[in-house]
Amino acid sequence: MSRREAVRRIALLLGGAMVASEAILRGQSAPGKASAEAFTQADRELLDEIGEAIIPATDIPGAKAAGIGAFMAMMVADCYSEREHAVFREGLAKVEQACVSRFGRPFLAATPEERGALAAELDSQRGAYEAKKGKDEPAHYFRMMKELTVLGYFSSEIGCTRAVRYVEVPGRFDADIPYRKGDPAWF
Amino acid sequence: MPLTFDAVVVGSGISGGWAAKELTEAGLRVLLLERGRNIEHITGYVNALKAPWQLAHRDRMTNAIRREHPLAARDPFIREANADYWVKDAECPYVEEKPFDWVRGYHVGGRSLMWGRQSYRWSDLDFEANLKEGVGADWPIRYADVAPWYDHVEGFAGVSGSLEGLPQLPDGRFQPPMELNCVEKMVAARIRERYRDARRLIIGRVANLTQAKEGRSSCQYRNKCDLGCPFGAYFSTQSSTLPAAAKTGNLTLRPFSIATRVLYDRDRRRALGVEVLDAETRQTTEFRSRVVFLCASTFNTAWVLMNSATEVWPDGLGSSCGELGHNVMDHHFLVGATGDAEGFEDRYYFGRRANGFYIPRFRNLLGERRRYSRGFGYQGGASRLGWERDVAEIGVGAAMKEKLMEPGPWSIGMSAFGETLPNHRNRARLDRSRRDAWGLPVLAMECEIGENERLMRVDMANDAAEMFEAAGLRNVKPLDLGYTFGQCIHEMGTARMGRDPATSVVNAHNQVWDAKNVFVTDGACMTSSSCVNPSLTYMAMTARAAHFAVESMKRGDL
Repeated sequence: MSRREAVRRIALLLGGAMVASEAILRGQSAPGKASAEAFTQADRELLDEIGEAIIPATDIPGAKAAGIGAFMAMMVADCYSEREHAVFREGLAKVEQACVSRFGRPFLAATPEERGALAAELDSQRGAYEAKKGKDEPAHYFRMMKELTVLGYFSSEIGCTRAVRYVEVPGRFDADIPYRKGDPAWF
Repeated sequence: MPLTFDAVVVGSGISGGWAAKELTEAGLRVLLLERGRNIEHITGYVNALKAPWQLAHRDRMTNAIRREHPLAARDPFIREANADYWVKDAECPYVEEKPFDWVRGYHVGGRSLMWGRQSYRWSDLDFEANLKEGVGADWPIRYADVAPWYDHVEGFAGVSGSLEGLPQLPDGRFQPPMELNCVEKMVAARIRERYRDARRLIIGRVANLTQAKEGRSSCQYRNKCDLGCPFGAYFSTQSSTLPAAAKTGNLTLRPFSIATRVLYDRDRRRALGVEVLDAETRQTTEFRSRVVFLCASTFNTAWVLMNSATEVWPDGLGSSCGELGHNVMDHHFLVGATGDAEGFEDRYYFGRRANGFYIPRFRNLLGERRRYSRGFGYQGGASRLGWERDVAEIGVGAAMKEKLMEPGPWSIGMSAFGETLPNHRNRARLDRSRRDAWGLPVLAMECEIGENERLMRVDMANDAAEMFEAAGLRNVKPLDLGYTFGQCIHEMGTARMGRDPATSVVNAHNQVWDAKNVFVTDGACMTSSSCVNPSLTYMAMTARAAHFAVESMKRGDL
């Protein structure tokens, strides 16, 4: 069981009564020592566009507007283990390679439609990899990008105020209220 | 600062805060010692009012936190927003002779700032169990001895909950209960029907106010309790006992003060006071007092006693019975079940309820005899999954985004919290070969669960799954995630209460048999562990012992 899975299951088991973090559980590899300088401005721009392909702007802003490139770079530098960091870095190069071999141009030069198609393709590669992944093999780089994009977007100010609803001080608990399809979730 | 007080209280957490309140209100001049820094009520809760995007790493664990808290980081309690509330492990190491999670917070308020706030009374089922089974030592007290003190502490602390009339989980002086959500209500109704009321799912009894009290607001349903509550809506030393004690004018609070020894007068067989090491200046000071309350948390109270060795008691004050440091208990948990509820897609809730449901103990009651003794209760909750739900199958792009903007399916989960039997072999001892950042010897833990707990865990998983199935839930999965001793942060024992000085460390009034003006009223004094959360009982025991100490002093007995 991966760390994220273990934490997710603890959170489910405790019925959300306890906030679970991505705490490392026993057996976690050594934390990375990389600094934020591990990523260049060009890396962050590429990550912005990968994030935007994962969560694009619709009638509300997408991941790029939420600063997802800088967020991903910071999270990888500050939170990932050295091994995860290496997988993520290699992943960045793999995205570029995949884009060149599929569309004949780098990611930043590809159209939004091409980027979206590529992201979907990489996401199914991720699924195939995870289906036969051994317990000690690292997570797929595209899972990292997808998870960081989802986290960074929905917990950003744009995500909390435009995509879902965050109320700092609810002041009361309504235990049973109607829900209409389409209403945003509470953060 | 004066060097002489009527009472010295060691530790400012749940128990120490209560000792300080009760003793100062009775007119005693009290020195309250805290080994860590001060955290001021409200202004000290630096992350409590931050929005999610105001936390750089969005409340996730960082490598810097892992480096500073490698032990705490093994468990999921520590996060970016609350990391400062946990000890820096390198400063205060301990030895794991067997795997042990010792989760600590060294600052004014101790773990009362981060506690889970579930507050349940023990019953005579718990107080009589050791005697009936011939396990450990018999409690020298029964429910009737503690009941008025439960009334006392519930009234002041503010515990919300429902009246249920269950003998194994006595009702108390509760504020109005919080409410179960629609899925929890459905599961509660079906369990009640299926088990003919022999099992019941109720709202958790929690030390969060549902009605404002003097100086404290009612719960604002933010569910950020463990960052400190700027509304004072849950019970903590800062929100409740400390202001009450300070108001008397009799309190001196001294942070950065590590109590290293109880000073002992061998001729009069009583404590003279407490030796204190200043954690910042490293200077040692002796404070004198008529009584000493050890409320440093289970292991640190045991540590102070063990480190108070004299030629009379080479293994420490209270060691004459051979039980000091022994009979360590916790609750074993992280075993239960998860499931999904269907048919409630058009229902939702508003507010972040800082509480879940509770299923009181139902095993080994009313003549039932399982292959193990004692029992367990469940804590859990139902909720609609948010954007954090496993997104593997949702794809990428605009469709995924729209989907995650809406609440996900209803999920429900619960973990059992099981009683751990007292066992002499489970112990903490002083390891003088290793030292902490202040040059003080460290504790070595050697504890493990036994056959009784292992047998119980089978029921803990299966019963959970069976009840969820009976409630008509889907994808029901029994789950045992494994448990490390100490992980539940309900550590108890090491200085057990008893009837006989030959087999127990403290008497029925929490007095150390070998020095009657020393009181142990935190988790260290526990003789058995029950299966319910222990903090409310520490509060009641502390208030009871403080009252006894004051009366004894008035009579001239102390």
